[in-house]
Amino acid sequence: MIKVRNLKKHFGPKVAVNGISFTVERGEVLGFLGPNGAGKSTSMRMITGFIPPTEGDITIGEHDMLENPIAAKRLIGYLPENAPSYADMSVHGFLSFTAELRGLTGDSLRRAVNRAVEMCFLEGVLHQSVETLSKGFRHRTCFAQSIIHDPDVLILDEPTDGLDPNQKHEIRTLIRRMGEKKAIIFSTHILEEVDAVCSRAIIIDRGTIVANGTPAELRQRSDIAGAVTLRLAEASAQAVKSRIDSVSAVDRSVIISESPVILRAFPRKNGTGDELAQALGDLALRERWHLQELHAEEGRLDEVFRSITLGDTAAKEALK
Amino acid sequence: MNNILTIAKREVRGYFSSPVAFVFIVIFLLLSGFFTFMVASLFERGEANLIPFFAWHPWLYLFLVPAVGMRMWSEERRLGTMELLLTMPITPWQAIVGKFLASWLVVAIALVLTFPVVITVNYLGHPDNGVIFAGYIGSLLMAGAYLAITAMTSAMTRNQVVSFIVSVMLALFLILAGFPPVTNMLVSWAPPWLVESVSAFSVMTHFESIQKGVLDSRDILYFLSVIGFSLFTTGVIIRAHRAG
Repeated sequence: MIKVRNLKKHFGPKVAVNGISFTVERGEVLGFLGPNGAGKSTSMRMITGFIPPTEGDITIGEHDMLENPIAAKRLIGYLPENAPSYADMSVHGFLSFTAELRGLTGDSLRRAVNRAVEMCFLEGVLHQSVETLSKGFRHRTCFAQSIIHDPDVLILDEPTDGLDPNQKHEIRTLIRRMGEKKAIIFSTHILEEVDAVCSRAIIIDRGTIVANGTPAELRQRSDIAGAVTLRLAEASAQAVKSRIDSVSAVDRSVIISESPVILRAFPRKNGTGDELAQALGDLALRERWHLQELHAEEGRLDEVFRSITLGDTAAKEALK
Repeated sequence: MNNILTIAKREVRGYFSSPVAFVFIVIFLLLSGFFTFMVASLFERGEANLIPFFAWHPWLYLFLVPAVGMRMWSEERRLGTMELLLTMPITPWQAIVGKFLASWLVVAIALVLTFPVVITVNYLGHPDNGVIFAGYIGSLLMAGAYLAITAMTSAMTRNQVVSFIVSVMLALFLILAGFPPVTNMLVSWAPPWLVESVSAFSVMTHFESIQKGVLDSRDILYFLSVIGFSLFTTGVIIRAHRAG
């Protein structure tokens, strides 16, 4: 549904987006990750046709965004960053206005507004003016606007920003549910959201894609992916470490804590976390250790995120 | 066309749900009444026409019309709703024209509400109502020209005050270019063709000739081209803003 090829955007001498390409099919939820200023919002603004790219192609459905913007925009629902809306309108007035611009009239307009209101839990504030609403309601009002015409493509720029945990949960559930039938791109800073919602994630840093894969694949890139952590009721961490190091599947191990004794063992190059966990379990049995906890690490997204994007930030700091 | 109407409807509601439209209409009526009856002494003149009424319009509009139009695009930029509006399946022109027509309608409503003046002169004497009608058309066109200029300046900035000041300056230029004291000053040293082409740029020249009751196509064309040019430039500014 969404095809982006070699997208570039220059603001004067500054390169905001430097040649990103990806596709999103129907039924996919793509998470856009990246530090602030990485080019996420700029990319989304280009995909939705708000700003023209310096270079590159954007295709929505069958339509080229640059050659046939009206047809392409019809397929998109868009929640811009900070969820803007007309402060002087009521929620109902605002949603009716956007539905009308989407070409809905009469009965279908009324049905669309009711459906969006219901999905975003806005019944209670329907006739309140937007400027009197709390941030959460304002956010959901703009979100309702983006799904009012039941679009095939949804582009959401930080849809859970500024919401409380319950509202975040509601919006995530909504996105996941809609992701079954639509092509969705959403950006976020919150990595747990990627696990909760995305079928695939892209990490952008300084205008280029630095990682692209399913959340599980991304986690694999973490340093601790495949490592096994043990917690034991033993006196000497050092003694345990020397035994663990003697196991053939172990590359190296580190003591995380002396009391309680917690160690982490890393597998050899081609070993998996499961094999390592089994080997260490056998060792614990043989040694009659009082094993309290043993688990294979899946890897952590935040660590991957940091290792991919932090190196650059550190380099930037050094330049200053 | 539907999109233009949808946008215009929203804008008109916006004008009336905030105090902008009411304040404008009330102040316009008060000031035009004050200038017509107190300053220009419509009654004492003993003439059945509305020349003293219309003569003040360029000056009233100078401040009041930019105040109506200054939020047109700057507010969209400030709130970020411009991003919402321009990612809808509409062309920027539909948005520009819709917004412009809505603000023009607000001014037109104020103008219509001056009807008691027309009734008054008709009650007191026998004015040429054709001339009065032409005066209204001219006044409306002039307000449209100012509004289009304000649309252009409001697209340049997210700050309404800047938008207001710049549009007052531009409108003032259009007035002064044909204001007798200025043209007289030019006459003393500039060649006649220069004086004429400068004053041809002025709203005064065209507004005054319409007030005489002559709806000359050149005068109408002048106002329409100021509107057209300004709205076109608004589109260019918005496109440049989006392109960064």
